[in-house]
Amino acid sequence: MLVSHSTKTTRRVNDFVIKIGTVNGTGSASANSLLMKALFRMGIPVTGKNLFPSNIQGLPTWYEVRASKDGYNARTGRVDVMVAMNAQTYARDLAEVSPGGYLIYDSSWPRAKQLARDDIHIIGIPLAQMANENFGPSRVRILMKNIAYVGALCALMNIDRAIVRTLLEETFAAKPKLIDSNFQAISLGYDYALKHYDCPLPVQAEPMDGTRGKILIEGNAAAALGCLYAGATVGAWYPITPSTSLMDAFEGYCRQFRRDPDTGENRYCIVQAEDELAAAGMVIGAGWAGARAFTPTSGPGISLMGEFIGFAYYTEIPAVFFDIQRVGPSTGMPTRTQQCDIMAAAYASHGDTRHPVLLPADPGECFKLSVQAFDLAERLQTPVFVLSDLDIGMNDWMVPELTWDDKYQPDRGKVLDAEQLQNMEKYFRFLDVDGDGIAARTLPGSHPRGAYFVRGSGHNQYGGYTEDGSEYQEVVDRLLVKWETARTLMPAAQVTESGHHTKVGIIAYGSSHGAIVESLDRLADNGIYANYLRLRAFPFGDEVQAFLDRHDTVFVVEQNRDGQMRSLLLLETEVDRDKLVSVRHYNGMPIPSDVVTRCVAQHIRKEAVA
Amino acid sequence: MTFIAKPKVKWSGQRLNELGLSIRDYEGGLSTLCAGCGHDSVTAAIVQAFWELAIRPEQVIKLSGIGCSSKTPAYFLNGAHGFNSVHGRMPSVATGALAANRNLIAVGISGDGDSLSIGFGQFAHAVRRNLNVLYLIENNGVYGLTKGQFSASADPGSTAKKGEANKAQAIDPIATAITLGGSFAARSFSGDKQQLVPLIKAGLAHPGCAVIDIVSPCVTFNDHDGSTKSYAWTRAHREVATATDFVPPAKAIETAYDEGDSVPIRLHDGSVIKLKKLDSSYDPHDRARALQYLEQHRARQQIVTGLLYIDADLPEFHALSGTASKSLTEHSFAELNPGAQALAKLQTSLK
Repeated sequence: MLVSHSTKTTRRVNDFVIKIGTVNGTGSASANSLLMKALFRMGIPVTGKNLFPSNIQGLPTWYEVRASKDGYNARTGRVDVMVAMNAQTYARDLAEVSPGGYLIYDSSWPRAKQLARDDIHIIGIPLAQMANENFGPSRVRILMKNIAYVGALCALMNIDRAIVRTLLEETFAAKPKLIDSNFQAISLGYDYALKHYDCPLPVQAEPMDGTRGKILIEGNAAAALGCLYAGATVGAWYPITPSTSLMDAFEGYCRQFRRDPDTGENRYCIVQAEDELAAAGMVIGAGWAGARAFTPTSGPGISLMGEFIGFAYYTEIPAVFFDIQRVGPSTGMPTRTQQCDIMAAAYASHGDTRHPVLLPADPGECFKLSVQAFDLAERLQTPVFVLSDLDIGMNDWMVPELTWDDKYQPDRGKVLDAEQLQNMEKYFRFLDVDGDGIAARTLPGSHPRGAYFVRGSGHNQYGGYTEDGSEYQEVVDRLLVKWETARTLMPAAQVTESGHHTKVGIIAYGSSHGAIVESLDRLADNGIYANYLRLRAFPFGDEVQAFLDRHDTVFVVEQNRDGQMRSLLLLETEVDRDKLVSVRHYNGMPIPSDVVTRCVAQHIRKEAVA
Repeated sequence: MTFIAKPKVKWSGQRLNELGLSIRDYEGGLSTLCAGCGHDSVTAAIVQAFWELAIRPEQVIKLSGIGCSSKTPAYFLNGAHGFNSVHGRMPSVATGALAANRNLIAVGISGDGDSLSIGFGQFAHAVRRNLNVLYLIENNGVYGLTKGQFSASADPGSTAKKGEANKAQAIDPIATAITLGGSFAARSFSGDKQQLVPLIKAGLAHPGCAVIDIVSPCVTFNDHDGSTKSYAWTRAHREVATATDFVPPAKAIETAYDEGDSVPIRLHDGSVIKLKKLDSSYDPHDRARALQYLEQHRARQQIVTGLLYIDADLPEFHALSGTASKSLTEHSFAELNPGAQALAKLQTSLK
């Protein structure tokens, strides 16, 4: 046995992080999701973070599985069990294991002596050798080597092998031969570990009841479901990581639910555009013609769509833009996550423009807010942004099962139909009759009296071309009235009170939420209490100003270099700038909770000393 | 874009079409283009064609990009929804609008700057998707609104108003459309309404992307000696390859077609394009021949006009997409939303 007995390991049941380092394109994704789902089926709350390269095959890739009986879903900065399958990254993987933790490596080949540590346990399993002896051809061997480490983990960490078997049966229902071969690989790893090591390790799983009513889903799939359920019929897009899986999922769901089984006719139209400019134009054309239309993209796409976004703002055409944010600027790191398009979305395009932005924190909210995005876009007749990110979009999150209310009816906003137009003496496109800044629109094809001319050039409230300053101003000032209406319609920020008297507040949004939830508990363990406001939309509602007013120090936690949300709060609220303390994490990996805890605690201690 | 409403005058004895509408009902606002601009003649031809075909104006969407040509949708069909989009992006807006509502009749007006420079990509992709749009390029070889820069269709050696010669090669939108696998490519001249009106009608009836490149001289910046897009040059160098007559579905059944040079092309809606080959060797179904013919004439500095290529059977955008025959905007919410039960069921695989 290779475990050094001097190393102390505390018992960690249903509270651990497994990190797996593999080579991209070796089928490790299926092994990793098998592992994660097995823990989920055991009733243990679990999250998976896929830390992958911008590459098809050959570069290093990692997968982190966190099991947390308390339901924390952020990264933690800990690695309890490292499965180091990639020789290229072995040294850094070894270095990353938390003291007292375990490193599992493929012992088929000798390992240099210096690649060891005294403060962790090293476990060797000859995965490649076993795969080579039992499987062929080489492609299968590589896949099975990865499945085998799941088997080893089952033995070492007390993960239910029967559940793994069931999962394989579900996955390969159509190819029963694969069930047996995959399970054989599981058993190879399992049996070897059981024979050579004391199983289970102190870091282990135990069945519990923490996943009832929950599902595992990616944000992009959930957002696609939102589009499907909102009744979106036109989707235009240009492939870009990490948004591609949103349209892939939408197309999959549409085939399932919107294709006539008899005629094969589609009750949807997806266009893969020539570029993001065209995708934006298509969505705007479709919105103008009366369809619910959307485009999924990422930061570079938003830059390209800028001109059309401003056009739709000024001509008041509904459209939904999904920005699955990735690391910028420029091409940046396409497979890494950030919250870096806050400013780009809020004020996209030249001239005076501003846009409603929705900020889902997890896949569950991706579903709900996607539906709401279409309602808001049509009610407000304007582009609406859903700002997700790679972490939410492409990782599996455990969220409550999605629900739908069959009584829901879409809010199509103010649209005059043929009958209403027939009974009108005259129709003017931009006349604000109700005082909410929203004028009624008409759809092409409905009635000759409803005809109007969409133009991005200066226009007056009657829809006519103008170069008259006061007529121009009348329209853009009304757009501000509409903006105030928008403020009342956006989902309110959610406030979590600490239950203690405190003048410390934390503001965060989107995928940073999970880290805050855990950090609040750790801070409280240390006697630091903070109230928490989670932004869900821009423009900000009154509750945001109220929260800022009642705290002396407000930490704004976000995943970008420049503190973009802090800037937006400074611009769009009356907050005193010295109150806002920026906590930023922007290396491209999802924000870990320990970073938040450390930054907040350090600042508070410093303030106390000063 | 005009802001002067055109007065509607009604008098007895006005000719009415099958819908009981006079040609005035197909007009728009007063043009603000220069007196003598070719584009105004194109506008008149559009008005004539829509009136003769008795298309309900509200069925039509008229879209454009930016530039002198793109102003013209304001000058025809007041009863149609108009969309003056951003520079070079008309095709994408038309794509989205037609995706949403396939019952709309789309006419896109563009220019050589709009479609051959900034919007070259969108032009190309509308053609290769075979979007069901009448795509008119009002081609004058020059940027008028910004005072006379060469456009991408300016011929090498042709001169600007101030005398300098264009050095770059010219993009021919018709040769391009044919190369891209377009289904309908025609060229005409704003000064020839006889030729243009039936071509517009044929383009409207054609189920796919009907590109008509219309040489439409700019009287202010490109009508001088040395220009190859002037009225005088175009008149002198025009070579009519085919003459088109358009027979709408109702009349098509009763019409007999002469043998010989006249080729009837039947469209899916029952209408017929009667194509008279003025050059007896010309075959408008032969892509390679069409390109060769264009090239031969280009070398001789001749401008070939007429319907130069057609494939009425090429599947259009919706056929390629498999979109429902009922327009997507006409579907009820219940037809689009799978409901709570389906949502619960599909999540069993996520547990």
